[in-house]
Amino acid sequence: MSSTAIFINIFAVGCIILAFIRDRAKTRQAFIIGLKSFFRILPIVLIVIVFIGLFLGLVQPSKISKIIGDQAGFGGIIFVALLGSILHIPALISFPLAASLLESEASITAVAVFITTLTMIGTITLPLEIKELGKKMALLRNGISFIIAIIIAVIIGSIL
Amino acid sequence: MIRDYALLGVVLIIAAVILMIFPDRFDAVTTKSWKYFAEMMMILPAVMLILGLFTVLISKETVGKYLGKAAGIKGILLAIVFGALPTGPLYVAFPVAATLLKKGARISNVIVFLSAWACIKLPQEMVELQFLGLNFMASRLILTIVFVSLMGVAIEHMIEWSDKKAIGSKP
Repeated sequence: MSSTAIFINIFAVGCIILAFIRDRAKTRQAFIIGLKSFFRILPIVLIVIVFIGLFLGLVQPSKISKIIGDQAGFGGIIFVALLGSILHIPALISFPLAASLLESEASITAVAVFITTLTMIGTITLPLEIKELGKKMALLRNGISFIIAIIIAVIIGSIL
Repeated sequence: MIRDYALLGVVLIIAAVILMIFPDRFDAVTTKSWKYFAEMMMILPAVMLILGLFTVLISKETVGKYLGKAAGIKGILLAIVFGALPTGPLYVAFPVAATLLKKGARISNVIVFLSAWACIKLPQEMVELQFLGLNFMASRLILTIVFVSLMGVAIEHMIEWSDKKAIGSKP
């Protein structure tokens, strides 16, 4: 087990012990919610893992690298940003997906822009956001998020 | 949920067919899948338990109460902290944000809160740490906090400016 995994599990156990001391009934309820969420997300996680396996086992890294790698340039970044804005993938699953893209020689910038646009911009939830918060605020938030996602990714790409 | 499991079955069958067409890639595909599966299963139960705990212990009402009256840097920091707590998907945050606005919360706080809710969730950061490493996760987190705060302030100015103009043009 990696040190990260150990850290996360210790953190979870610590939280549970603290919560259990403070409120037993609520902790039990939290367990049930956690368990339900686990089995709800499990099939999607497994589907993505199968895809990752096929992707890494069948597609040559040089092909990925040409589209969204270091030599792909700014066009590749915009392409990934648009993809991330449109796709509606649970954020938790975007990270193994991103790791597999890195493994097949996508650039760090492309991976960062993918995750940031995926989480920050919601094209599918946009109608709801407009309904609740108004057109002006929703469009400004999503539009500016698109630009800052690219800025964030370019900075990450240049420092890592 | 049953639909997702059915979909998983279909995907597995398709994968099996593809592997029958490319039998020489069988080892590569299964090794990679297994590696990602193991990495995910080491943390997913813990992450989901933490998610459950925060859902139960911190209600939407608590978030609204604290965020409604905070302003300035303190408001933005609180918006990030409350947004980052694992309390549900983004569509849950829209009504909370709408209520906050109606109660007179600052636009910048609400924007930062929504953006933090969308992309700085505690469980997400854990999975990011596991798969992409500390450097990637930490630099993306810090940059996101900085830029999202700037965006909140910028949007507040834009909306207030355009509202003022709209009021000014009406006789």
